[in-house]
Amino acid sequence: MKWRYFKQSVFFSLVRASALIITLALGGIIFYIFYNGYSVISWDFITKPPTDSMTKGGIMPAIIGTIYLTLGAIAIGLPLGIASAVYLTEYARQGKVVRAIKIGINCLAGVPSVVFGLFGLGFFVIFLKFGSSILAGSLTLGFLILPTIIGASEEALKSVPQTFREASLSLGVSKWQTTYRIVLPNALPGILTGSILGIGRAAGETAPIMFTAAAFFTSKLPGSVFDEVMALPYHVYVLSTAGTNIEATRPIQFGTVLVLVAVVLGIDLIAIIIRGYMRRNKRW
Amino acid sequence: MVVMGGKEIIQLDDVNFYYGECRALSNISMKFVKNKVTALIGPSGCGKSTLLRVLNRMNDLIDGTKVEGKIFFEGKNIYAPDVDPVEIRRKIGMVFQKPNPFPKTIYNNISYGPKLAGLGVEDMDTLVEQSLRQAVLWDEVKNILNKSAMNLSGGQQQRLCIARALAMKPDVLLMDEPTSALDPISTAKIEELIEALKKDYTIIIVTHNMQQAARISDETAFFYMGNLIEYNKTEKIFTNPDMKQTEDYITGRFG
Repeated sequence: MKWRYFKQSVFFSLVRASALIITLALGGIIFYIFYNGYSVISWDFITKPPTDSMTKGGIMPAIIGTIYLTLGAIAIGLPLGIASAVYLTEYARQGKVVRAIKIGINCLAGVPSVVFGLFGLGFFVIFLKFGSSILAGSLTLGFLILPTIIGASEEALKSVPQTFREASLSLGVSKWQTTYRIVLPNALPGILTGSILGIGRAAGETAPIMFTAAAFFTSKLPGSVFDEVMALPYHVYVLSTAGTNIEATRPIQFGTVLVLVAVVLGIDLIAIIIRGYMRRNKRW
Repeated sequence: MVVMGGKEIIQLDDVNFYYGECRALSNISMKFVKNKVTALIGPSGCGKSTLLRVLNRMNDLIDGTKVEGKIFFEGKNIYAPDVDPVEIRRKIGMVFQKPNPFPKTIYNNISYGPKLAGLGVEDMDTLVEQSLRQAVLWDEVKNILNKSAMNLSGGQQQRLCIARALAMKPDVLLMDEPTSALDPISTAKIEELIEALKKDYTIIIVTHNMQQAARISDETAFFYMGNLIEYNKTEKIFTNPDMKQTEDYITGRFG
């Protein structure tokens, strides 16, 4: 008897410790970034462009650039991803073809982001002549987050009870109307939950935008989707590897990372609020 | 073929149904009579629910199923290539085993079908009231029409589902064990409702409850292993069945 209790308490301690380690790691990272970066955060830092060869001044163009690129990636990835998931779960005949497509999507999720970057460079920037631009970068990032969004959407669509579909179809409502009026609205909160992960990834990736969208330095704001932009992750990369004075700009690097985390959380927050609003009727 | 008195509305002509390789219905030929309640009885897996779902082409939705034979609804084969199953389902409504209201308001649950089917309803409020009155639910919900249907009790939800089906003004109402998830009081209400609805609708009901079949139906069909064993007036089936299997099932000797 006692031995069983002992085993139980050991096991509980282990899982509790795992949870604690994760929390500590996350807290540690956030604290470290905050501790090293907060000193440069000021109103000017987030509203002014960099000066003195990017060793002073703010990071406003990079903030704007990252917001544009992330929103662009969502605008491309979300509709395409949801549409693919709707096809795969609601319309396609389950069988070999669908399974092959799903394996392909999973493989896509495992492709290193630099490969997406090179693909974006070859296809969007050079072949389609978009140049290094918001459009090319958003498309590349949109494709990067596509597997995440498709996966989340599939799960969300599958979790909508089959009885809802049957009820709607039995009323002589067409399949498309059933999907559009019943299935999708009930799946949207779940789709958004999964997409939040994609948003974070799109905002934080450096490699895909390096060749397709990000400018080393530009003080002016983009005038159209064909303009290059600065972006937060790329700015950090530049400052910490190729800047004019790497050591002296450490606080700016951490400050930029801090702002990046804030921007990602801000976009997530909007998604969470929308999800909460849509979920208020969910009860099954 | 068993012939019943009265005007037929649905006629099955040598119908076979397959789930993949597995034959779920074998050579079913029967007629359903207009404005009557027909009960389909038999042990689990005998094909009665399958038969019900063949009648409004709900089985189309399952991959790998196949129908052979003809099913005439008002003289037209509903499995003819030029027939749109969506049109069939507008005329042949269905109520499911478990109440399945949409996570919408009570009002929108009723208006959903007519609105999307493009029935061109001019006065939706009247249609909603009418449908809820027909399902004897109006008095209970008239003040909470804009509340979520999910707040209703199981019995109320099932009557809402009946009202939702009635709002489409179908000719036939298919009911798949509509009271099996309900308490006796709710069950009694639904049985009363079925009795009243038969004036305007043809009702085909699958039930596991022998007393229910005996109480509410005019005709009863007994199925076993995908075969139609006996089909006759309910009185006859429950007092003096022709087949030994039917008698054994009804008296509880197997099933």
